[in-house]
Amino acid sequence: MDWVIEARGLTKTYKMGEIEVEALRDVSFQIERGEILAIMGPSGSGKSTLMNTLGCLDRPTSGDYLLDSEAVSNMNDDQLASIRNRKVGFVFQSFNLLPRMTAIGNVELPLRYAGLTEDRRERAIQALEAVGLKDRMTHRPYELSGGQQQRVAIARAIVPNPSIIMADEPTGNLDSKVGKDIMSLLLNLNRERGTTLIIVTHDPVIAEQTQRIIRLRDGYLESNSQEKKVKAKQ
Amino acid sequence: MTFTQSLLEALESLSGNKLRSGLTVLGIVIGVAAVIAMLAVGRGAEESITGSISSIGTNLLFVFSGDAGGPPGRNGGSGNNDRPLTLADAKAIADPFAAPSVQSVAPALQGNGTVTFAGENSSTTIQGVTPEYASVRNLEVAEGEFLNEEQLLGRMSVVVLGPETADNLFGRHEGVVGETIRIEGQPFRVIGVLVAKGGGAFGSEDNSVYIPFTTAQARLTRRGARDEVDIIFVQAASAENVLQASEEIANILRQRHRTPIGDDDFTIFTQQDFLSTFETITGVLTIFLGGIAGISLLVGGIGIMNIMLVSVTERTREIGLRKALGARKRDILLQFLTESSLLSLIGGVIGVIFGWLIGLIVGQIAAASDTNFTPVVGADAILLSTSFSALIGLFFGIYPASRAANLEPVEALRYE
Ligand SMILES: Nc1ncnc2c1ncn2[C@@H]1O[C@H](COP(=O)(O)OP(=O)(O)OP(=O)(O)O)[C@@H](O)[C@H]1O
Ligand SMILES: [Mg+2]
Repeated sequence: MDWVIEARGLTKTYKMGEIEVEALRDVSFQIERGEILAIMGPSGSGKSTLMNTLGCLDRPTSGDYLLDSEAVSNMNDDQLASIRNRKVGFVFQSFNLLPRMTAIGNVELPLRYAGLTEDRRERAIQALEAVGLKDRMTHRPYELSGGQQQRVAIARAIVPNPSIIMADEPTGNLDSKVGKDIMSLLLNLNRERGTTLIIVTHDPVIAEQTQRIIRLRDGYLESNSQEKKVKAKQ
Repeated sequence: MTFTQSLLEALESLSGNKLRSGLTVLGIVIGVAAVIAMLAVGRGAEESITGSISSIGTNLLFVFSGDAGGPPGRNGGSGNNDRPLTLADAKAIADPFAAPSVQSVAPALQGNGTVTFAGENSSTTIQGVTPEYASVRNLEVAEGEFLNEEQLLGRMSVVVLGPETADNLFGRHEGVVGETIRIEGQPFRVIGVLVAKGGGAFGSEDNSVYIPFTTAQARLTRRGARDEVDIIFVQAASAENVLQASEEIANILRQRHRTPIGDDDFTIFTQQDFLSTFETITGVLTIFLGGIAGISLLVGGIGIMNIMLVSVTERTREIGLRKALGARKRDILLQFLTESSLLSLIGGVIGVIFGWLIGLIVGQIAAASDTNFTPVVGADAILLSTSFSALIGLFFGIYPASRAANLEPVEALRYE
């Protein structure tokens, strides 16, 4: 099988003085390349923690994690930065665009950290075109609607051609109609580019559109509904 | 990230908050302006004083009676046991065998007096000099001639005017040769007018009249019989010979005055002595003003550090986002260091402009009050102070920048 993610026995423990919070407990699963996956669970169950670990923003306290067959658990900070830059695209609930920069400036940012200078602009324009915002290139975030801002964020996520896009409640700050548009945009990108898509969500309607749902409860992997994938593929 | 990109981003971020950036760099601006103005005025003063010192003559030594440097011993306490300098002393110094390093010698009698012409009065310095005086003191004649041997031997009533004195008496300093003026009531024929030298550190030499030494002796002082002179100007053969000449003169005078060594009754001053005295004074001033400038630069630097720390806190989420997008520690470090050094570099440049303006204004004031003095802003001062201010920004940016670089990405992204 061509696994893009292999997690084995991931745990994450936060120490707050005397108290220890176990945000992840022995979580193991794999994700196939090109898959669309939802992570669900009640608030505080460890969804964001899992996502940050998978996205190499944080290291697990213990366990093994392979991303594109690379062992991430033992990497140093700079190596993790490089992995994030090349292989992971993040989409956040609150968009997280830099307010001083234009849309295209925001989209170019990952390419800058990749050290790219030559076709940076062209690639950023292509990415904005892919999310349907080519005509808003020189607008700043405050000149864009919420849905448009999230599109710019998605363009920023896809511009380095990552293996995975990780979206933490991407529609959480949007009304349902605009949320639907964003979801279909993400699904489209998956279809056209084959990018693996992991979405953290509370919304069962959104989860319905994915091929598989991973449910967390108190840091445990509660269910991993493989059978749903089969259904979706039909 | 390349350096130009960081620079552009830093510029963008600083201009996004112009008022804050402006207030932050105020300390640097003041510090650098102080440095530049101080250097400009100091160097201007130095040039004007060095200029006036060299305009009084080249390789010059001054010999006068009385011990300026010695201990206030038996001699000093009892008052005027000092033997005065005489014409014979001057002749002995001029002896090429006893003093081979001496080129020429010009004894002089000096006094203040009133000169009059057609009802115009002017008080001036009256100098009784020999023909050598012109070359020893670098005097140039604008019209007519300087005093000659014949006039000296004949005790003639002729006078060479300083240009300022000529202006005071005639309202002009041209076409006055041949006129007769009165010095202390006695008539003198004008035979020449000197070229203006400008006011120096030693009072204006332009307001002087020069008459033959013998005439001064006979008619204007009551010391004629004793052959006394007030001062002997000596020109050494070359700059290297000045110290040697000083030794030779001292030996001659000690022999002639029969003074024991260390108990001289005369003083020899060289141009170099004037320069060193002046350099000591400017040195102290420079340290003092430099200290003030240094303190304000330090305070400016701390202000920059303070604002950078605030800025790092404000932009925690931004830092987290940049890290999520692949920024490494050194990228973040570079970003904030660039901002802080650019900030203080801009402050430095503004400071240079202000300091230069202050120097300019000081120059205007000096010009308005007829002082011969131009502040000089050197390229080295500009380069030094701008690069130094950039360094201050760099130094005081290190702590905030490393705080930013070491933020955990997840923590930073969660920050509200
Ligand atoms: N930095 C931290 N320090 C201490 N505890 C933390 C930290 N981050 C998360 N936790 C704890 O870990 C647990 C899981 O948090 P996480 O953010 O992953 O939940 P979540 O499933 O994303 O919840 P939500 O749906 O509300 O976003 C929670 O109990 C939380 O309090
Ligand atoms: Mg969450």
